[in-house]
Amino acid sequence: MKRRKFIRNTFFGTAASLISAEIVFSASMPKGYEPIALQNPDPYKLFDKDKEMTVLNDKPWNIEAKAHLLDDNITPNKYMFIRNNGLIPQDIDVDNWKLIIDGESVTSPKTYTLKELKSKFKNYTYQLTLECGGNGRSEFNPPAKGNQWTVGAVSCAEWTGIRLKDILEDVGIKDNAVYIGYHAADTHLSGDPEKEPISRGVPMYKAFQEETLLAFKMNGEDIPLAHGYPLRLVAGGWPASASGKWIKRISVRNKIHDGTKMKAPAYRVPCKPVAPGEKVKDEDMCIIESMPVKSLITYPKSGAMIDEGKILNIRGHAWAGELQVGAMEYSIDFGATWNSCKLENPVNRLAWQHFNASIEFPKKGYYEVWARATDNKGVSQPMILPGWNPKGYLNNACHRIAVKVK
Amino acid sequence: MKDQEFRNKVKRIYLGVTLFFGLLVMGAGALIYKLTDPSFLSFDEEKRTETYSKADNFDKIENGIHLATGFKDDVGLQTVIVSCTPCHSAKLVTQNRANKEGWISIIRWMQETQNLWDLGNNESVIVNYLAKNYAPEEKGRRDNLEDIEWYDLEK
Repeated sequence: MKRRKFIRNTFFGTAASLISAEIVFSASMPKGYEPIALQNPDPYKLFDKDKEMTVLNDKPWNIEAKAHLLDDNITPNKYMFIRNNGLIPQDIDVDNWKLIIDGESVTSPKTYTLKELKSKFKNYTYQLTLECGGNGRSEFNPPAKGNQWTVGAVSCAEWTGIRLKDILEDVGIKDNAVYIGYHAADTHLSGDPEKEPISRGVPMYKAFQEETLLAFKMNGEDIPLAHGYPLRLVAGGWPASASGKWIKRISVRNKIHDGTKMKAPAYRVPCKPVAPGEKVKDEDMCIIESMPVKSLITYPKSGAMIDEGKILNIRGHAWAGELQVGAMEYSIDFGATWNSCKLENPVNRLAWQHFNASIEFPKKGYYEVWARATDNKGVSQPMILPGWNPKGYLNNACHRIAVKVK
Repeated sequence: MKDQEFRNKVKRIYLGVTLFFGLLVMGAGALIYKLTDPSFLSFDEEKRTETYSKADNFDKIENGIHLATGFKDDVGLQTVIVSCTPCHSAKLVTQNRANKEGWISIIRWMQETQNLWDLGNNESVIVNYLAKNYAPEEKGRRDNLEDIEWYDLEK
């Protein structure tokens, strides 16, 4: 809160020491220079989010949904989680926004304007599931440091853009290409301009998938600023940190990309299972690729009370990273018996799938409805926490809601 | 000799004119800036925004919680505020749980990768505060559902 004053003092000090109007005014605060938090401390208005969303962190901004807010088939902006590693860029100049493709493994670097990207390449639209690698972190024991996501750091919006592979082919890629790494316009929390808050990427096979997009639209509109306006990489089914926001440059690397948060322990889990709390050396941590199978009951909201004899209709979504969900079940007796849910096919690969079921309860009392998805390779969600890992990633334990029959 | 005197005079006039114009430009600059942002150079600016009114109550503590940050009130609170909140939100601290060793490793990570400075003697104050007030709880492999808000589904 003192920053505003500090900036002014600096401004005045500069003015006094330099008798030059040009310098003074080029240095005078551009409107967007003030931290976004000071301009408008209400994140719900600032990011157009629903009031029921949970703010985990306001510097950097990290906001998550609750299960019942994710009931829509296509997640609207107001219910979409925000995960930031740094500060959201200000004063985005769309007219002069350029994308550079460079790196050891391009035949020669190439620069595109936004306009060229949109017009030169064919546009595609996909519904793509984006889940934070740390979604569910809050449940791990011993606790893992970081934002304590519960269940709401997942979304499935409709993304429109161009295929990353189309642009990479247009640039020309050498045979020795291994990984792409993105560079973005967000700024480091410490204010150090030399540091990137995050610069991750994906291996070439993921970069060349048809659904891997350089997107400029979300749900048919310009991407909201907090979600990567004007250009976002979208690699559905992988930790959402691979889907870089505010993309300015993509480097095609001849090795695994070594940008910020690519190295251990960030977005990595032990290559071999470890006991809870065990220390794991950096070299024994492996990069997370596909996210695991998971599901959410989005209706009703936990805490529903119904009269005896009434049928409870439940619904929700299930997803399985790179894979498809093959079966969906629910249990009202803590996993002793399981019943099938109706499960829809995905609209396209990497989109979440919708399920529903009608439940009869045998007598009055307290129940929990547990949901369990199984991917098409036969791997199911665990009912208890999956393998502990130092950073608390990949918690895909079954979701459940509380129900009382009166 | 006369030449030298003349030169000095010119120099003085030149300096005066430069200074005059310099100040003029600065004044005009400040004026223009004031037009675009009326709060600039106003002496009552402290009370203008919500942010500032919050600042007035910055030290307020209620039910053992420091309202402006959400930190628990305990020995070391001020040191923690000063050391932890310049870069990130207090929420990033208060939502985490760790023992002494865990908090120290988080500090080391920030020093290695996030430009956190050497905390000197403050480090033990901070670590003691955090390990006492934000210690891990034994949760087992899955918690009970808690804080359930019951409601009638069909009403």
